[in-house]
Amino acid sequence: MSEAKIRIRGLSKAFGPKKVLQNLDLDVPDGQSVVVIGGSGTGKSVLLKCILGLLQPDSGSIRVDGQEVVGAGRREMEEIRRRFGMLFQGGALFDSLPVWENVAFGLLATRRLDRSAAHAKAVETLGRVGLPAATADLFPAELSGGMQKRVGLARAIAGEPDIIFFDEPTTGLDPIMADVINDLIRDLTREIGATALSITHDMASVRKIADRVAMLYDGRIIWEGPVAEIDASGNDYVNQFINGHADGPISFGQEQAARRA
Amino acid sequence: MINPFRLVGHGVLGTCETVGEIVLFAVQAIARGVRGPYYWRPLLQQMIDIGFYSLPVVGLTAIFTGMVLALQSYTGFSRFEAQSAVATIVVVSITRELGPVLAGLMVAGRVGAAMAAELGTMRVTEQIDALSTLSTDPMRYLVFPRLLAATLMMPVLVLIADIIGVMGGFIVGVAKLGFGPQDYINRTFDFLETGDVVAGLVKAAVFGFIVAMMGCFQGYNSGRGAQGVGTATTRAVVSASIMILTADYIVTELFFAK
Ligand SMILES: Nc1ncnc2c1ncn2[C@@H]1O[C@H](COP(=O)(O)OP(=O)(O)OP(=O)(O)O)[C@@H](O)[C@H]1O
Ligand SMILES: [Mg+2]
Repeated sequence: MSEAKIRIRGLSKAFGPKKVLQNLDLDVPDGQSVVVIGGSGTGKSVLLKCILGLLQPDSGSIRVDGQEVVGAGRREMEEIRRRFGMLFQGGALFDSLPVWENVAFGLLATRRLDRSAAHAKAVETLGRVGLPAATADLFPAELSGGMQKRVGLARAIAGEPDIIFFDEPTTGLDPIMADVINDLIRDLTREIGATALSITHDMASVRKIADRVAMLYDGRIIWEGPVAEIDASGNDYVNQFINGHADGPISFGQEQAARRA
Repeated sequence: MINPFRLVGHGVLGTCETVGEIVLFAVQAIARGVRGPYYWRPLLQQMIDIGFYSLPVVGLTAIFTGMVLALQSYTGFSRFEAQSAVATIVVVSITRELGPVLAGLMVAGRVGAAMAAELGTMRVTEQIDALSTLSTDPMRYLVFPRLLAATLMMPVLVLIADIIGVMGGFIVGVAKLGFGPQDYINRTFDFLETGDVVAGLVKAAVFGFIVAMMGCFQGYNSGRGAQGVGTATTRAVVSASIMILTADYIVTELFFAK
């Protein structure tokens, strides 16, 4: 089997004394949708940022299409990032720009389209995430939280990237819209053949969008497998998480894990 | 026990480190910025914000400074029967010194703080990260236009401040101190040298650069949360103000030597 699209080995990242990721291994196969689950504050967002080179890992290796990201030069990194689309957990919309310019930002930046073509493309992409054309000329501050999330999603996919990261794509959406987004993510990966790495707490979403699931706990991936096997993982941590029980091996959130580290 | 040497050493090392970071930051922003791609919209927006929207506050500062200067120098110089020097004192003080310094401090409070707050918020809300993922270098898109706009617009702003300041002196000189209008104007220009104005404008460009650099540096490296942005803003204004006063002496000395 050829090497995975994204191949992570021995990744560690600490902020001061706080070890967030410790010796993490993960493979994201080409054209598949991998979902990372795990408690709040376990470092899921940090993991995505390390892959994108937005945070510098302390050690380890991250290869994208066989190309090493850790320690890559700025220009090399810019080149690698072109293949990615990213939905940030908080949206990270540019509040000084109207919605359509947010969505078309990457297209305009790479001069792939002129402004009127970019506008049309933005409206089209907004339609895909269930937003009417009228939102295109509003500013992000004028939108509800859920609408902002969808604009962020539209921005992530507008450039038709090879690899898409979704950091909690359905949080803050009503169940119907969440399902629309889940369908969209599945379509993107199944039809266009993009590779997706998503983070979510929403088990309905996991079951719908994931080909494979990985559980992050205590800085490592403690279980990884096809989504069909998640109910029979035989892993107490996974069981506790997917059933949402307060008692089990994961107790008092991450405080204990942090202290043990 | 507190070891004073250790404390001082820590302070010195910390300061050196920060200075190094700031210099590196500025060099990076310029080196990458000049190579393009260029972002005209943010540049234009910043130029308008710095050059146009700072006019009221800088103009007010200048007019009162000119007025006070006329009054004070009259009081002082009349003691040696040298009241006639008032117009010259006003114009030389304003163009060489007070115009650039006061405008610089005002712009530090207005523009530098705004830059730190804006970039800080963008850092905290991950907008700077988002730029990177959208094929845009934040140094080129955010920092370089601000540095350039401030460096270009401050001299314009100061030139206007000079004129307004001299007008302030003129108003007091004519209305209160009994100078003839034509007489005051003649005395203003008779002893004014091009070098006075040029020195002031060079200072203005340097101060503009300092303000934008500190605003961007602090905002770009802002800590997390609202508190981080608040700290960044305060630091931007305080450090820019101190650097303006320091640079003021250095530039004055350079021009003085000639
Ligand atoms: N830039 C940073 N500086 C310092 N600490 C950070 C930074 N980014 C993240 N952390 C810390 O790393 C830990 C993991 O953060 P992360 O955002 O990855 O959590 P998460 O798993 O995404 O949680 P959630 O599900 O709540 O989003 C947290 O304890 C956080 O405080
Ligand atoms: Mg997160």
